[in-house]
Amino acid sequence: MLQHYGPQLVNLFAAVLLLLSFAMLAQRRIISLINLYAAQGFVLFLSTALVAWLTGQTHLYGSAGLTLALKVIALPWILHRLIRRLNVKWDVETLINIPTTMLVGIVLVILAFNLALPISQLAGTVTRSTFGIALASVLLSFLMMITRSKAVPQVIGFLAMENGLFFAATGAVYGMPMVIEFGVALDVLVGALILGIFVFEIRERFDSVDTRHLEKLKER
Amino acid sequence: MTSIPGLVAQFAVLALAVLLAPMLTGWVNQCRAWLQNRSGPGLLQPYRVLTKLFSKEVVLAHNASPLFRGAPYLIFGCLALASAIVPKIGTDLPLNAAADAIALVGLLALARLFTALAGMDVGTAFGTLGARREMLVGFLAEPALLMVLFTASLISGSTSLATIVEVLAHREFVIYPSLAFAGVAFTMVSLAENARIPVDNPATHLELTMIHEAMVLEYSGRHLALIEWAASLKLFVYSCIGLALFFPFGIAERGDWIGLLLALPVLGLKLAIGGFFLALIETLSAKMRIFRAPEFLATAFLLAVLAMLLHVLLGG
Repeated sequence: MLQHYGPQLVNLFAAVLLLLSFAMLAQRRIISLINLYAAQGFVLFLSTALVAWLTGQTHLYGSAGLTLALKVIALPWILHRLIRRLNVKWDVETLINIPTTMLVGIVLVILAFNLALPISQLAGTVTRSTFGIALASVLLSFLMMITRSKAVPQVIGFLAMENGLFFAATGAVYGMPMVIEFGVALDVLVGALILGIFVFEIRERFDSVDTRHLEKLKER
Repeated sequence: MTSIPGLVAQFAVLALAVLLAPMLTGWVNQCRAWLQNRSGPGLLQPYRVLTKLFSKEVVLAHNASPLFRGAPYLIFGCLALASAIVPKIGTDLPLNAAADAIALVGLLALARLFTALAGMDVGTAFGTLGARREMLVGFLAEPALLMVLFTASLISGSTSLATIVEVLAHREFVIYPSLAFAGVAFTMVSLAENARIPVDNPATHLELTMIHEAMVLEYSGRHLALIEWAASLKLFVYSCIGLALFFPFGIAERGDWIGLLLALPVLGLKLAIGGFFLALIETLSAKMRIFRAPEFLATAFLLAVLAMLLHVLLGG
């Protein structure tokens, strides 16, 4: 039963992942942005666990657990604490207005789907059709990093990009070796921490976390 | 092709839809009242309002043209016909085959056009304002609705709503991720089209925010009653389209007479649950500024386009 609906469910999770990427792109409020990130992590956990169960790749259970611990619990908690300590609940400012961003987003999705078609035909996995979605969500997170002017949404964009990469790895080749996965997970965690400190420093220096101020740091 | 029992069934379903549509509105209002800790006016309140309005005399502006007087009948007719086209309890009714999804959208657009024209007819500021806003919402909502219907048509290979329902409800059960996207898009479109809270508030007459109410401000008596009834029908039609596309289970197939009997309580149950969720969405969200509405609808349109893309990528 589940064996039959499994690949379809993976596709559904992939679609939800893409939906959440778009929701993050359109989201103005920073707390909702973090919650969306946590939700994306949870969908990633579900789909990884399902792929592990479908294919019998036991090391994927490890990655799924890591995803749950890190991306659903730890990182959102760190981010929530960070914005509480920064005492910011402002609306996220965007450099381009949101409808335009969404239009650019849809172009990126078409591009990603086109790029992924030949690659996914080469892959022999049951989840190969999700590769295009993974690529699309990487590009969308990238777009989010570019179009947001404040530091915290940029950090979230970075983290969401890692989600997309992880999903791409699961979809194309049933995940990376455990060592690499641990490495990447640790990198993301440390990255989030360092970026958190970085955000504090930006605020100390400029009384704002708008990264546009960093342009002033030019050598003359 | 069209048999006598088919015609009888069609008219029975149409009469049922027209008579029961206000009850859905009443149910949504009742749920909303409960969620806001009020006791609520009861399920039958829309009927009481309709009876009251029908018994009142019509007051017309001096410069009202025949279009102003004719529009309520036309709008009501359009929506009653639309409610007959959407498959609700069976897929084998004569009118189900008469018009496909695109014609349905056209019918809804015709009703919208006449509401807007009637709003502008008398020439008051509010009517014009409401008509303009309605068109602002409409020109974005319509393509999104079409895209949602096209996604379902791509899956079933036909734009006929009856065929779509048959494919989705009676073939082997398949999970369609594209329909998940289309579902979200459709929810957003129907919130906007039915003047529900994130876009418009049906319960307000505050001049800065109203859209639909501003257009029908000049109507009174039986004209207003018809317009209100048509609004209930519109909510009913959209609910039925949503149920037909995303929860078609329980709609009877061709020649399935026992299923047809069973389909009616199932439809009632589905509408009740859907109405409750509508009230929940309305209670949980705040009304947007009018200039946020295009953004909201653009999002719906993009989601619907994404649904089509996903269908192409995932093959279902």
